[in-house]
Amino acid sequence: MSVAENQAAAGRGSARAVAIASSIGRFLVIAVTTYLGLLAVTFFIGRVIPIDPVLAVLGDRAPTAVVERTRREMGLDLPLIEQFYIYVKSALSGDFGTSVLTTNPVMSDIRRVFPATIELATLGTLIGAVIGVPLGVLAAVKRGSLIDQIARIVGLIGYSVPIFWLGLLGLVLFYAKLQWIAFPARLDVVYEYTFTPITGFYLLDAAIQGQWDVFHDAWRHIVLPAALLGYLSLAYISRMTRSFMLNELAQEYIVAARAKGLSETRIIWGHALRNAAVPMVTVIALSYANLLEGSVLTETVFSWPGIGLYITNSLQNADMNAVLGGTIAIGSVFIAINLLSDLLYRLLDPRTKAG
Amino acid sequence: MTASDAGSLSRREWLLSDRPASRLQARLGRAYVAWRRFSANRLALVGMLIIIALLVVAAFADVLAPYSPTVGDLKNARLLPPGAAHWFGTDDLGRDIYSRIVYGARWTLYVVVLVAVIAAPIGLLVGTVAGYAGGWTDAILMRITDIFLAFPKLVLALAFVAALGPGIENAVLAIAITSWPPYARIARAETLTVRNSDYIKAVQLMGASPFRIVLRHIMPLCISSLIIRVTLDMAGIILTAAGLGFLGLGAQPPLPEWGAMIASGRRFILDQWWVAAAPGAAILIVSLGFNLLGDGLRDALDPRSGDQ
Repeated sequence: MSVAENQAAAGRGSARAVAIASSIGRFLVIAVTTYLGLLAVTFFIGRVIPIDPVLAVLGDRAPTAVVERTRREMGLDLPLIEQFYIYVKSALSGDFGTSVLTTNPVMSDIRRVFPATIELATLGTLIGAVIGVPLGVLAAVKRGSLIDQIARIVGLIGYSVPIFWLGLLGLVLFYAKLQWIAFPARLDVVYEYTFTPITGFYLLDAAIQGQWDVFHDAWRHIVLPAALLGYLSLAYISRMTRSFMLNELAQEYIVAARAKGLSETRIIWGHALRNAAVPMVTVIALSYANLLEGSVLTETVFSWPGIGLYITNSLQNADMNAVLGGTIAIGSVFIAINLLSDLLYRLLDPRTKAG
Repeated sequence: MTASDAGSLSRREWLLSDRPASRLQARLGRAYVAWRRFSANRLALVGMLIIIALLVVAAFADVLAPYSPTVGDLKNARLLPPGAAHWFGTDDLGRDIYSRIVYGARWTLYVVVLVAVIAAPIGLLVGTVAGYAGGWTDAILMRITDIFLAFPKLVLALAFVAALGPGIENAVLAIAITSWPPYARIARAETLTVRNSDYIKAVQLMGASPFRIVLRHIMPLCISSLIIRVTLDMAGIILTAAGLGFLGLGAQPPLPEWGAMIASGRRFILDQWWVAAAPGAAILIVSLGFNLLGDGLRDALDPRSGDQ
C-alpha cells in the first residue's frame, strides 16, 4: 500500500501524497510492532510467569504421562524464542487453545460473546457522544457559567466513580425500587429460547424481525448498563469537546465570522464545531475503545454475557487460555481503534504533516 | 526566615522579588507564587483537604475506628442498617462498616503509594535515558513505551494478576506494569528541552559521565511535571485497584479493602444496600480528591497548560 502510494506520489509530484504515503508506512510499522508487543506480553503472562504452564492448563492432578505429552504438545521443550514463533503463528490463525471451562476453542467462544459487548459499547458511546458533545460545546461557549460548572462536576465525578458500584446502586434504584428496568441479563428467560439472533446484536435483530416485544425486552435489559458506560464516555467527550471548542473560539476566523455578521448559532455550530470535528472523531473513537475495556466490570455487575463476563468467569476458574484469548481479543480491537483514529487524524487534518 | 536582611521590605515583597539574593529566596518565591495560584482555586483546595483527611484517617485508624475491622459480632450484629452504634451499618459477618472503611484508607494509600513508587521511577529512567541518549536507544525505548501505551490497562492488569495469583501485592505490581508509559513520555519530553542547554554542556566539559548527568542534572528537572501526572493518575490507580478487588483479584478477605468490600456487599445489594454503598462512596470521594488536587497542581505549577 505504501509503495503504491509512493509511486502515485512520484507521478503527481505532490508533497501531500508523499506525506500520506509516509504516514501510512509509519502506521504499518507501528501496527505490526504493537500487535507483536501485545502477543509478547500475553505470551509472557501465559508461558513465562507460571512456574509450570502445563500445571496451569491441566491442574495438579493430571497423571505424569499426560503432563509429559501436553508439555511436548505445547512445545515447552523448545527454546523460548521458537515457542514464541509458534505462539504468534497460531494466534494469527485465530487459535488460542481450548477453554477448560466451556471445552470449546477459545476463538469460537469469543466470536459468540463479542457481539454482546460491541452492542453495549456502541450504545454507550452513542449516548456519550449525543449528550457529551453539546454539553462540551455549551460549556465552552458559556465559559465560567453555571452550565460550565455543572459540566465540569459531571465530568469530574465520571472520572472518579467506580463504575461497578454505580451499576449496583442503579440496580437497587431502577430495578428493585422503581422496577423501570429488567433484571441483570440480556433477555428475559421467556425470550431466551424463542428468539433467534441473526447478527448477535439483539436490538438490531429484534427490529429486523419485527419482534417488537423482544426489542422492548432487550431495551429494558441494556438501557442501564449502556447508560452507565455512556456516562463514562460523556465525562471524557464533554471535557475534550470543551477544550477543543475553547481552542477554536479563540481563533481569528471566529472574529472574522462575527464581523461578517453571522449569527452566533451559525458561528458556533457551523464553523467552530466543524473545525473541531477531526480531533473530536479521534476522541469519540478512543472513548469507544475505553468502553470496550470498561465493559469488563460493567458486564460482571449486569451479568451481561459479553467478553468481559467471559474473561472474569474464566478468571474465577483459572482458565488461562480463555483469559489470554479474551485479553488478546479486547487488546486487538482496542489497539486497532487507537491506531486507526490516529491515522485518520493525520490524514484528515491538513495541518498535521506526516513524520 | 532571613527576612531581616531585606530591611524595610515586607515578607511578600521579599518573596516576589525578581532579583532573589539566594537560591533559597528564589525557591521560596516560586513556591509562594505557585501556592497563590493553587489556593485561588477553591476546588483544588477541596481536593487537598480530602487527601489530607485521607492521610489523617489512615494514620489514626486505631483511634478513629470504634470496632475491629476484621472481627465482627456474628451473633448480634449481622447486616444491621446504619444507626447510632454502627454509623454505616454492619456487614454479613457482623463487622462495623465504618471501622472497615477507616482501616481501608490504609490499604488505599498503600496501593497508590506503592504503584507510584514503582511506576514513576521506571518511567523516569526510561524517559530520561531515551531522551538523553537519542538515536536508536531512543527509538527502541519509545517504541516499547508506545506499545504499552496502546494496551488496554485494566484488561492487561487482569491477565497479569490471573497469572501471578490474586493478592494486593500482585495487584499493585500489575497496575504498576501497565501505568509507567505516560511517565516515560513526560520524562523524555522534559529531557529533550534541557538536553542541549548550556549547563548540560558545562557538566559534560567537566567530564561528568552520562550516568551522572542523567541522574543528577536531568532527572531532578523532570520531577515536578512527573508529580503532577502521578497525582492525576492516582484516581485511576484507585479505581483499577478497586476494580481488581471487586473481581476478587486484589486484596483478599478479611482485608478491609474498599473494592473487595463492595464485592462482598454485592450479594445483599437489593436488601442491605448499605454494605456496598459506603465503601463505594469512600472510593468516589478519594478519587475525586486526587482529581481535584491534580488539576489544581497542574494549573498552579504548569501555567503553560492553561485552562483545559
